[in-house]
Amino acid sequence: MKEGNGSLATPSPKISNRLTLKEHILEIVSDSGEGAQKAGQSFGAVSAKMGNGVWTVEIIPADIQPPPRTKESASGIRIRFGTGKITNAGDEADVLVAFNEIVPYTRIEQNVYRKGTIVLIESKWATDDSADIRKSYANAIQDFKDRGFVVYEIPMEEECLKLTPNPKKGKNMWVLGMLSHIYDRDMEKAAAQIEYTFRSKSQAVIDSNLKLLQAGYNWAAEHLDLRYEVPAIEAKQELVVMNGNEALSFGIQAAGIELCSMYPITPATSTSHHLAECIQSSGGIIHQAEDEIAAVGFAIGASYAGKTSVTITSGPGLALKTEFLGLAVMAEVPLVVIDVQRGGPSTGLPTKVEQSDLLAVLYGQPGDAPKVVLAPSTIEECFHFVILARKIAESFRMPVILLSDANLATGVQPFPRPQLREEWLSPPVDQSPWKEGVTPYGWDDKTGLSQRPIPGQAGGEYTLTGLAHSAAAKVTYLPEINQKTSALRSRKLATFGRTLKPPKVNGDNEGELLIVGWGSTRGAIEEAVGRAREQGASVSSLHLHFLSPMEPGLKEIFQRFKKVMTVEINYSDSLDDPMITPENRRYAQLAWLLRAQTLVDIDCYSNVYGQPLRPGDIVDKIQQELNR
Amino acid sequence: MFGIKKDFVCELPKKYYTLSDYEKGVARWCPGCGDHAVLSAVQRLCREEQLPPEKTVFVSGIGCSSRFPHYMNTYGFHGLHGRAFPVACGVKFRRPDLNVFVITGDGDCCSIGAGAWIHAIRYNMNITTIMFDNQIYGMTKKQTSPTSRIGTISNTHPTGSVLPPVNPLQTSLGMSNVSFVAQTADWVPGHLFATIKAGYEHPGFAFIKVIMRCSKFMGPLVEEMTTNRDAISILTHENGILPDDGTLRAFRHHHVHDPSDIDAARELAEDKEASYLGLFYQNKEAIRYDLYGAHNLGFTPEEKIAAVNAQLDKYAV
Ligand SMILES: Cc1ncc(C[n+]2csc(CCOP(=O)(O)OP(=O)(O)O)c2C)c(N)n1
Ligand code: SF4
Ligand SMILES: [Mg+2]
Repeated sequence: MKEGNGSLATPSPKISNRLTLKEHILEIVSDSGEGAQKAGQSFGAVSAKMGNGVWTVEIIPADIQPPPRTKESASGIRIRFGTGKITNAGDEADVLVAFNEIVPYTRIEQNVYRKGTIVLIESKWATDDSADIRKSYANAIQDFKDRGFVVYEIPMEEECLKLTPNPKKGKNMWVLGMLSHIYDRDMEKAAAQIEYTFRSKSQAVIDSNLKLLQAGYNWAAEHLDLRYEVPAIEAKQELVVMNGNEALSFGIQAAGIELCSMYPITPATSTSHHLAECIQSSGGIIHQAEDEIAAVGFAIGASYAGKTSVTITSGPGLALKTEFLGLAVMAEVPLVVIDVQRGGPSTGLPTKVEQSDLLAVLYGQPGDAPKVVLAPSTIEECFHFVILARKIAESFRMPVILLSDANLATGVQPFPRPQLREEWLSPPVDQSPWKEGVTPYGWDDKTGLSQRPIPGQAGGEYTLTGLAHSAAAKVTYLPEINQKTSALRSRKLATFGRTLKPPKVNGDNEGELLIVGWGSTRGAIEEAVGRAREQGASVSSLHLHFLSPMEPGLKEIFQRFKKVMTVEINYSDSLDDPMITPENRRYAQLAWLLRAQTLVDIDCYSNVYGQPLRPGDIVDKIQQELNR
Repeated sequence: MFGIKKDFVCELPKKYYTLSDYEKGVARWCPGCGDHAVLSAVQRLCREEQLPPEKTVFVSGIGCSSRFPHYMNTYGFHGLHGRAFPVACGVKFRRPDLNVFVITGDGDCCSIGAGAWIHAIRYNMNITTIMFDNQIYGMTKKQTSPTSRIGTISNTHPTGSVLPPVNPLQTSLGMSNVSFVAQTADWVPGHLFATIKAGYEHPGFAFIKVIMRCSKFMGPLVEEMTTNRDAISILTHENGILPDDGTLRAFRHHHVHDPSDIDAARELAEDKEASYLGLFYQNKEAIRYDLYGAHNLGFTPEEKIAAVNAQLDKYAV
């Protein structure tokens, strides 16, 4: 082994005692297909099982089979783990494991490493047959050092070759073993994790991976002096660990939703994969439709027939579902729509995070189409909000849209194990005779609410229509009926809004600056606000979970701060840009809404780099605003 | 007590439904429009089969023909242009107890809804589809339809349409897992009724194309279709649709066709000289997606919770 070049920015690795850390950020990056993600997921799961707070995010290449040893091929994972709760992916990484010298450059371009980041890199390229590769490797190592990284060259393949003829397949588990020693992971838990990961493979495959795990561990013990400890706090309650898409799948089943009708699209699809594996065991089924229009139509058909259904998609699919969403609003059909947002417009950035569908879900349907929109801010909320969404959809007889995003979809975090309840499940389909004299849309004037007949209920026969209709579901073009029914559909939102409480301010209730966020950015924003407050800044934050209707009391809260600014992952013009003036500036999506809703001059900080927001960047922005 | 089962229910004499139990409102189609005839035939079918109105759902798209559910005193879903199929399939998927019908027009089915249509054929759910083929867009006032004959004068092709029409029979017969394809005409009431009945009785997705009269916009075509009886040939076979004697007498051309013979069916569908009325193809053994959809109904809350808990165990720390 060659030694690290050492750097003042990191603790000297040449100590034999373990260095205790509050948290660490680790990245594993390989060519697509080399299994960096599997190693990282296992590391994250083992850490969570040991009681660490964990957040993992995948680094996903955009192409299916990018050429190896290219920047496009970079595939991997970031694991941020610590002693306390971890709510976001954090700032720059502390440790990078790289399977070749090229793939780190994708991440270097994204500025995710710092001076002092420890790089553990596969050394076999130094002796490669190709002179070009040898040269590329040597140059990169020099460049890493010039950037201030602490480089360790690791003979990963050479060591694996001692155990397996095909090290490409097992290197990742060897790396897991090496990291397990560096961070003193529980090897029994690591072995159990390998057995679970390879549960569908043969015993021989499992055994071979277990051997590699142990070999990596032993090698690190003998050759590496990197030893850290990130103490874990024994959890007081039972926890589960999963990503946001799996949490959605669990939520769908815990809500008793019996049908998920979908068309595959990144980054929503893995929810469907999880559902496909388990929903039949809990009495439901998944329908892969011919396209997103058919998917939502199918779900609406099932909902109409009494089985409130869910359709799950991402931006481009949401666009196709538009007309049916309008129908569900107009004809008052309960429906749960999950939009796992990605970069847009158009095909955009399929695997990257963005919060750009807010205005589209609110205003994407021609005509006035009021509906409830919710945004979970944690993985745990991905679970609970589906249950909530189904209840609202049925009680208020309208579509409910849940906005998740790529950040929550692939982020993995432990949370208290949900204690499932019968009242979360949808009730059995009502097949009792329909009450005589009650019309299919017998709206209550005060609330806009009504009861809907379900096929099978004798006496309730009606024809649902997307045309303007009376309480008896009769098509009508009478101007006053259209005005009145539009008001009634809108009133349902106001009725629902009455059940909401004003949101809690994180930090002081008044001050210089209030940051407002929604969705997956909560962890990063609250961490940043916490850090800035420690530095003495007068800043607080507010996180919205309901975007339509909005939580009450916002204007009153905003007025207690000198400045209000949203922080979002979507596009906004910057006042420094050419041609942009305060008058023509296009704001971030929540900022538009809040400005309209509250008449407060709300600013915004947003970008579309496709990356989760970093707390450090938000802290910088806060300081900049406060020092203006 | 004395061996009487706890869940014993005394069978009450069932209500007998009459035609008027299925009628609702006054159909607002033009006088002479073929849609009226289909409505009567379907109401007759409901009475003959004694379909409980609350267990019967008519799903349609948008168009003159798609107004149909409003005139049936059953459940109905008058949804979006071209999207009746996915809605109907969604209704049926977890509700095998419901009788589901799709009412669609030639534009609704073969143009905007073509993708959903061919997949509905492949899903082969137990649904009866009646496609009202008047070879024109009626509702939006005479635009070219995908089934308009080449040269059709319309508001979008004032000098005549320029493309050959879609052949819905041929398209259906070309789709994998197709299970029932038939053609009838609105002005041949006996045949119309027999065909709809056969479609209803078919265990799977029945695609019935009804040649329709649009009296308002297609006068000359209606005239030609209804007077030139020699252009029509009635398909006969013991496994086919048995029309009434009146129909057989009214049309002198008959053609024996075995509905299990898909190659022969495709040839008939291609025939440019004659229009065949009858059953082109039937396969009662085709795979049924609705059976898959309903295979795990009726879990109790305890079973559901236990299953989700068992999955959660795998994610427990
Ligand atoms: C998305 C959408 N596009 C267009 C229309 C307008 N439109 C209504 S009916 C129709 C054509 C109907 O023709 P067809 O399906 O043949 O039914 P017919 O009226 O002839 O019975 C069109 C284009 C619509 N309602 N929705
Ligand atoms: S326009 Fe044609 S299809 Fe429409 S109701 Fe009149 S005759 Fe029938
Ligand atoms: Mg038509």
